[in-house]
Amino acid sequence: MRSKDPTHLESLTMITIHHLHKSFGKNHVLNGVDLSFDQPGITAVLGPNGSGKTTIIKSILGMVLPDEGIIKVQNEDIKGRWLYRNQIAYLPQIARFPENLTVAELLRMVKDLNTAITHDADLIEYFGLQDFLDKRLGNLSGGTRQKVNLVLTFMYDCPIIILDEPTAGLDPISLIRLKELINQQRMKGKTILITTHVMGLVEELADEVVFLLEGHIHFRGSLRKLKEQTGEGNVEKAIAKLLVTGH
Amino acid sequence: MFKILKYSFYDLIRSRWTYSYGGFYLLFTLSLLWLSNDLSKVVISLMNVVLLLCPLIATMFGVMVYYNSREFTELLLAQPVRRTSIFLGQYLGVAGSLSASWVIGVGMPFALYGVFGSPQAANFLMLLFVGVVLSFVFSAIAFFIALKNENRIKGFGLAILAWLFFAVIYDGLLLLSLSMLTEYPLEKFSLIASVLNPIDLSRILILLKLDVSALMGFTGAVFRKFLGTGLGMVVAFAVLLLWVVGPVVGIKRVAERKDF
Repeated sequence: MRSKDPTHLESLTMITIHHLHKSFGKNHVLNGVDLSFDQPGITAVLGPNGSGKTTIIKSILGMVLPDEGIIKVQNEDIKGRWLYRNQIAYLPQIARFPENLTVAELLRMVKDLNTAITHDADLIEYFGLQDFLDKRLGNLSGGTRQKVNLVLTFMYDCPIIILDEPTAGLDPISLIRLKELINQQRMKGKTILITTHVMGLVEELADEVVFLLEGHIHFRGSLRKLKEQTGEGNVEKAIAKLLVTGH
Repeated sequence: MFKILKYSFYDLIRSRWTYSYGGFYLLFTLSLLWLSNDLSKVVISLMNVVLLLCPLIATMFGVMVYYNSREFTELLLAQPVRRTSIFLGQYLGVAGSLSASWVIGVGMPFALYGVFGSPQAANFLMLLFVGVVLSFVFSAIAFFIALKNENRIKGFGLAILAWLFFAVIYDGLLLLSLSMLTEYPLEKFSLIASVLNPIDLSRILILLKLDVSALMGFTGAVFRKFLGTGLGMVVAFAVLLLWVVGPVVGIKRVAERKDF
């Protein structure tokens, strides 16, 4: 499963989603989504609330089980598998941890579960978490928890990185650091998916945009294509226009 | 699974709920031992408390821990870990820490009192065992209910209802049916009905061990006749085991099919 050889990595399609359907009760969240990510780089997954962004991400991780369709990670069907997750670094939307564990214990525990090589020491310094290592997670502020969450996500060297609302609760300095970190990962040739409602982040980071609407992929392409197609100068307006024309 | 169990257990063993639960048993047992010198009476008093309290606390605790660790579960689900091992690990963490509180809270005073040299040692061990089993059974039921219900209020409500059913309603229905059908020979029926409820079964096991089945009247004699035999004991333990295994299999099945 784990490919150590970088030349081999490039020949793999990182993620393929074919004909993905998912409904929660009567609510059809995804109606036949086809997506594939084979190029390294940053893709912003955008869409209004409830358009299925998180559902797609969670399907890739096997947290949501699709009603129909196939998902492949590195050319392997993920159905019933779990080991492939060591190829994916995932930042969940809400950072809540067992309250009685300290930061150091949580890190030790995750490292215990996934024994690949980690860079946690560098990241702890990078986000200035040294003084919080012995604090209980229950006593940390929202922003500090998000930083712990970021350390957990970025400490593994995974070819696929998925970030669900990564900027939530971060102060401006940490935000700049996060962007640097994401850019470093891009330089390493990783496949990165980001969902966000902060359009500034999209403009600054994304190579490509996937726009979801009512469980379909309404638009996919580069930032330039997005602007050309909508005739708008910035992403925020372009997305707003897509939304209007989509309905 | 054992890694998750280990951390879940560490997390719970340090929570103040676990401490207060263990502390309660400690104080309660100490005061009972102080008030009475008859060990078997203390065992019976404890039994009456434990048969209600162990299941209740296990139910509440199971539901609470499941709902509280939801986001953390999501973090684990994104790790290269098998799904079922996450939930079984968490469940065993809850059941294990509850059992530890119980065994330490009740065991320490008894051990200090010198129970292990006395003829009451076997009775006391039966009491300990029953408390542990009930903790495992009811935290499994609670976990199963919580897994099935996204809505916390509904989950809590159903779990409490399950406890109420086994602790109170079941006996009420049983007594009602017995008194309405007095003309019929109901020994077998009442025997089977009691064995099927883990709380009733636990009570019977302790009372038989204490040799006070005479207190239970005619049915007591029936129980004595059946459960006093080797086969009866095997059946009783098998039923208790099933009460643990059943909900655990349920947890596994629900966990494999659930969206998070």
